[in-house]
Amino acid sequence: MQEILFFVTATLCIVSALGVIFNKNVVHSALLLLINFCSLSVFYLMLNAQFLAIVQILVYAGAIVVLFLFVVMLLGADLGEDVSTWLTGWNAFLAALAIIMLTLVGTSVFESMTQGQSGNFTPDDVAKYGQAQMIGITLFTDYILAVQLAAILLLVGIVGVIWLARSDSRDLILAGKALSNKTK
Amino acid sequence: MIDQIPLSYYLLLSAILFTIGAGGVLIRRNAIIILMCVEMMMNAVNLTFIAFSRYLQSADGQIFVFMIMVVAAVEVAVGLALLVELNRHREAVNIDEFNSLKG
Repeated sequence: MQEILFFVTATLCIVSALGVIFNKNVVHSALLLLINFCSLSVFYLMLNAQFLAIVQILVYAGAIVVLFLFVVMLLGADLGEDVSTWLTGWNAFLAALAIIMLTLVGTSVFESMTQGQSGNFTPDDVAKYGQAQMIGITLFTDYILAVQLAAILLLVGIVGVIWLARSDSRDLILAGKALSNKTK
Repeated sequence: MIDQIPLSYYLLLSAILFTIGAGGVLIRRNAIIILMCVEMMMNAVNLTFIAFSRYLQSADGQIFVFMIMVVAAVEVAVGLALLVELNRHREAVNIDEFNSLKG
């Protein structure tokens, strides 16, 4: 039962990932990316990571794909490459390179897999205390520095995006000067 | 439940997804698609982290995934803002047209 679910979801995941690349329409690519993210959240549920499955849906499907669609709406979907086919010799060469890289990655993963020491994050404990509680305890005790760094990163991101997306820097500076003159 | 699907299936799936993402970055020239492919690669790494977190029974992998999600959200916001700004200077999102460092 679980294997059937795994293979169906894996097929959906890979097909939608290929669709993102080979689709000519950017909007279709964004929607296929949404399918890809949702199928990955199914894997997270199967891997006993319910909290991250919900976060995956909220952050990736809810925020990032919508952001992509907004930018496609702003820029127009017809921009970009205008080629008739992807089946060229250069692309075949790149695909061969990608397959070589896949085998390298797969082999190195299999070679380097060692049995580490088991932690205390067992399904029984998760069932007893709850997923979000255990994640939260780990996050706010062992990884509190990472949380604060993430907060700073988000702040920098917000400020950077606002600065990048301003209409015109000269207008903003002039408006600021006019405002400060008025308050004086 | 833990024994039904081997860990290597998840690792292989995430390697395939990562390769598809990397191939997309190499093949496509549309900057929006390239950002999408970078997101796909990050998701493949997330899947590896969660699979190891499940099979080693440690919560640390899920914390890493949480941080990767934060970085991915910031990266996509900044990247798309850069894209909009580039599009104001030149009517294109094809990265081959941005081949000059002059302003």
